Amino acid sequence: MLEIVGYIALIFLSISICIGLFRVIKGPSMPDRVIALDTIGINLISAVAVISITLDTGAFLEVILLLGILSFITTVAFSKFLERGVVIERKRDR
Amino acid sequence: MSVSGTGEIIAAVLILIGTLMSVISAFGLIRLPDVYTRSHAGTKSATLGVLCTLTGTFIFFWFVNDFISVRLILGIVFVFLTAPVAGHLISRAAYHSGVPMTEDSVQDQLKEDMEKKKKTQSSKEDE
Repeated sequence: MLEIVGYIALIFLSISICIGLFRVIKGPSMPDRVIALDTIGINLISAVAVISITLDTGAFLEVILLLGILSFITTVAFSKFLERGVVIERKRDR
Repeated sequence: MSVSGTGEIIAAVLILIGTLMSVISAFGLIRLPDVYTRSHAGTKSATLGVLCTLTGTFIFFWFVNDFISVRLILGIVFVFLTAPVAGHLISRAAYHSGVPMTEDSVQDQLKEDMEKKKKTQSSKEDE
């Protein structure tokens, strides 16, 4: 039973990743694209979870943690770049 | 009914709810009019969807395989903590880089506060 549920869930996740990709391509401003990329990363996390259920293995569970950390760091870096113009600032008084 | 059967049913229902929530948030991403409402859709409901899916996966591995995965708990906690922070940061960056709101919006309290702050600062500099 759980295999069929996994396939249905993977189809749903693929639909939402495709819609996010449409927003990445079309989005009128830069923050739109960053939000859509963040949502794609989150959907990818749950896709990895569903795939590890359908393959019935616990070997991919580190990938979930890694994808979460990576998508958070990229979103923070992009938003800092959009707001300040640099990602890592220099020291001021020198 | 055995324990693993119950666990399978709970996991299946949670995974279906979570992925449906992801699809709804994706439709919010294409249907809503401006950046701020889209970030509302893209961070809140997508976060809830991925939390439901990861909880379903955790329950599946717990009941069916007798395997309590600490990495999955860490992933759940991390996504729950960081996704709203990322949404806040990117909306703030969008506001400060001048992305306009939709024409249907009726009030902008942050703009009023920023103008008030600028006015008090300039009057201080005059003194």
